[in-house]
Amino acid sequence: MLEYTLKRIAYTIPIGLAVSLVCFMLVHISPGDPIDSIVPPDTPTEVIEQIRAEYGLDRPLPVQYGLWLSRALQGDFGESISKGRPIGPDLWVATKNSLMLAAFGATLGFVIGCVLGGAAGAFRDSWIDKLCLGIALFGVSVPHYWLGMVLVIIFSVQLNLLPSMGMGPTGPWAWDWDHLRFLVLPAVTLSLIPAGLVTRTVRGLVSDIMGQDYITTLRGKGLRTSGIVLHVIKNAAPTTLAVMGLQLASLLGGSILVEAVFAWPGTGMLLNNAIFQRDLPVLQATTLVLAFFFVFLNLIVDLAQTALDPRMRRT
Amino acid sequence: MKNIAHSPMGLPEPIIVTPAHVADGYWRGVLGRLMQDRLTVLSCGILLIMLIVIVFAPVFAPYSPTDGSIARRLRPVGTPGHLLGTDELGRDMLSRMIYGGRFSWFIGITPVALALLIGGSLGIVAGFFGGTTNMVIMRVTDVFYAFPSVLLAVAISGALGAGLGNTILSLTIVFIPPIIRVAESVTTGVRNLDYIEAARASGASASSLVRIQVLPNVLGPIFVYATGLVSISMIIASGLSFLGLGVTPPNAEWGLMLNTLRSAIYSQPLIASLPGLCIFVTSICFNLASDGLRTAMDVRA
Amino acid sequence: MNMASPATAASPTPLVRARDLCVSFATPRATVNAVNGVNLDLAQGESLCILGESGSGKSVTLRALMRLNPPKRTVVTGELNVANQDVMQMTQAQLSQYRGPVVSMIFQEPLSALDPVFTIGHQIAEAIVRHEGISRKAARARALSLLELVQIPSAARRLGAYPHELSGGLRQRAMIAMALSCNPRLLLADEPTTALDATVQIQILLLLRKLQRELGMGVIFVTHDIGVASEVADRVAVMYGGRVVEEAPVEILIRSPRHPYTSGLLGATVHAGTRGTRLTTIPGAPPDLAELPAGCAFAPRCTRAEPGCHKAVPPLLEVTAGHHVRCPVVCPARIQAPINV
Repeated sequence: MLEYTLKRIAYTIPIGLAVSLVCFMLVHISPGDPIDSIVPPDTPTEVIEQIRAEYGLDRPLPVQYGLWLSRALQGDFGESISKGRPIGPDLWVATKNSLMLAAFGATLGFVIGCVLGGAAGAFRDSWIDKLCLGIALFGVSVPHYWLGMVLVIIFSVQLNLLPSMGMGPTGPWAWDWDHLRFLVLPAVTLSLIPAGLVTRTVRGLVSDIMGQDYITTLRGKGLRTSGIVLHVIKNAAPTTLAVMGLQLASLLGGSILVEAVFAWPGTGMLLNNAIFQRDLPVLQATTLVLAFFFVFLNLIVDLAQTALDPRMRRT
Repeated sequence: MKNIAHSPMGLPEPIIVTPAHVADGYWRGVLGRLMQDRLTVLSCGILLIMLIVIVFAPVFAPYSPTDGSIARRLRPVGTPGHLLGTDELGRDMLSRMIYGGRFSWFIGITPVALALLIGGSLGIVAGFFGGTTNMVIMRVTDVFYAFPSVLLAVAISGALGAGLGNTILSLTIVFIPPIIRVAESVTTGVRNLDYIEAARASGASASSLVRIQVLPNVLGPIFVYATGLVSISMIIASGLSFLGLGVTPPNAEWGLMLNTLRSAIYSQPLIASLPGLCIFVTSICFNLASDGLRTAMDVRA
Repeated sequence: MNMASPATAASPTPLVRARDLCVSFATPRATVNAVNGVNLDLAQGESLCILGESGSGKSVTLRALMRLNPPKRTVVTGELNVANQDVMQMTQAQLSQYRGPVVSMIFQEPLSALDPVFTIGHQIAEAIVRHEGISRKAARARALSLLELVQIPSAARRLGAYPHELSGGLRQRAMIAMALSCNPRLLLADEPTTALDATVQIQILLLLRKLQRELGMGVIFVTHDIGVASEVADRVAVMYGGRVVEEAPVEILIRSPRHPYTSGLLGATVHAGTRGTRLTTIPGAPPDLAELPAGCAFAPRCTRAEPGCHKAVPPLLEVTAGHHVRCPVVCPARIQAPINV
């Protein structure tokens, strides 16, 4: 167990380095001289060369990468070209906002997915199963940015029930309805993808577990249905929680489209603006932070799953 | 190192069809089972009709997709001469939807096809040769797996800039790793089966093993998995256009149309949501067709 | 189907009394007739062995005694009384009371029959808590003594072990402890030693025989191994195509089998008495349970079959005391009157 944990943590280091390398290369795969994305177009040549030296862009690529990474690890992501101020603080706020949205979306999706998937798996091939699978198919097939628009049309434009843009009154976030109502539509929209995937996963797990010999044993012991359900849940839990953890991590980076629809001031908006203004340092920094988050959550999910499932504790 | 089927951001969980020893009449059996599945037949029918309409767009579209007059902007659905109304620049919606389908299908399917070709080859190579080859290919794959797929697509095409080619390139990069994983695991599975062992023992060369024994048995499962990616590929591809990264105006593309029509959600909500409905219907049909194909090919079922 | 039978019978009622038990499964393609009219009697403390190949319906019969076949797809008909209770009339709630304290089962493959994510102790204790309503702590103490009863070394430590952490033999012992946890009057064992090594098989069989004698349970064993049958059984019933084709006390059956199928089965098995003689095989394959022949199910493979064998299912007849055979060739109907039909 300890050996696996250490090995798994050690494996994260090369992956993290490789991920940062990919992020670093983002600026360099972009067409043209990277310096062009930093300075205004009409800058004199000598100033350009001066800035180039200042940013270390005249050094060999590996050196540039080393410098960039060591600064990034200390929280210094450079300056935003469009705003002319350090990226760090804005990125921090955006990450917090995205995390909040993703957590709500993933939790909602998880609950829906467990209920639908559990029902579908328990009543396999019945109409309940077909209904739940239909909902799951909807969840994984619908373009969520479109669904967001449709929800806005229904609940904001037509019914005037919920706000469609931003995250509430200016000033700090508070946990009251004035703020939370801004979270409803984006969170519901975002929840659909994990809901669909979790439904399919849980359905597969539950129907698989229900067909196992040990369930027959439990029936043979005379356990009540509630007692058997306990066994099904404990058997399905490790995989379900792992899928859920990965979904949370994916939503954090994948919410860009939903954030664009609802103007939610998270990393998605940051990326969106960065793309629009060709602000490559911001694109690079945001991608790096989100990817690191993903790698980190992957690690946590793997370790948690190993800890939860006695069958995996062998090593 | 992975304990579970890992599915970043909506990629279908890699349910892998068991590699069965493909015998004569296998494909006829698959086709027969497919034809009995009404839902699959229906979705394939819808996809076929859409394909015909967008291929012969000039025949079906009443107007040019790019010409319009501001004077006729945002006419409602059912306006005489404009069956589906007009968009924010007065262009005929029906024509734009038909032409838009061309781009949406193209940028949705091409990346999967390319990724199938590249990722499939790499995965089969990794699975067949094992050892160091396998290690190198799979470790590089792990790196790209460490990104949520939408983030990776947005980051790459954001860095490359807007454009059809860049969108396709970035999505291809996103889909190669999952296809490699599936191809590798199916190939490894087939390679360890008894009949391959027997062929190897009887002195078959590596190339004839791959050609005669491995390929027929692994291509099916890899292909089925790839068809399952088409739906998510269309959603992300149109999403990139929605963000202004894919197809550029004035061309029509469903995701782009959805974006430019956002200002119309107050005046013409129905028109504003039509392009998204097209993406949705296409995506759900591809999902159903892929599910049907997988069920028909799964010999256990 | 009536509850009056105990009163009318002069002799003490048997622990198990099954009459014309039939089990069929509905599959998308066909209806599989797994069990086709089985009669069984078992006295308290007696040990019966059901012998047969895979697909003979022996495991299905065993599960039917607990009504444990998948409820949605299975049709069970006939009469079944266990410990004076009409099992066929039980509701799901009554069944869950019946399973455990009255009858319990040991499964073939303990690794898949034990829940992998719960400890052995928990899995034994939960049945005790369910049926006797005692505290978890008391149930765990009982579980410990059960593990000691089935001779698991360092039992206290094994209580907290997960199934995959035990060896195959220990797992099967834990399974037996679980089956005994609520002091059942009838113990069913579905090929309890098939998944085990030969040396461990003997130990488990000896343990089962010892427990049966000490606890006075009725035991029904299912096996395809005639060696196992001779080790543990008082009586043996041979099944083929979902019917009992021969039934006799174990020594009689092994010494003088009458039914051609039983003879074939004994001829195809290696035991001390066969040294130097050529092993025989039974030609052909077991019948398709979805399309059983109209007559004797074994007739298509039988070297001694007569035209009449293919026309109607022969009755089960008593040839000598306690020895029943379902074969018109070796046991013509005119000699004895049919029983139990």
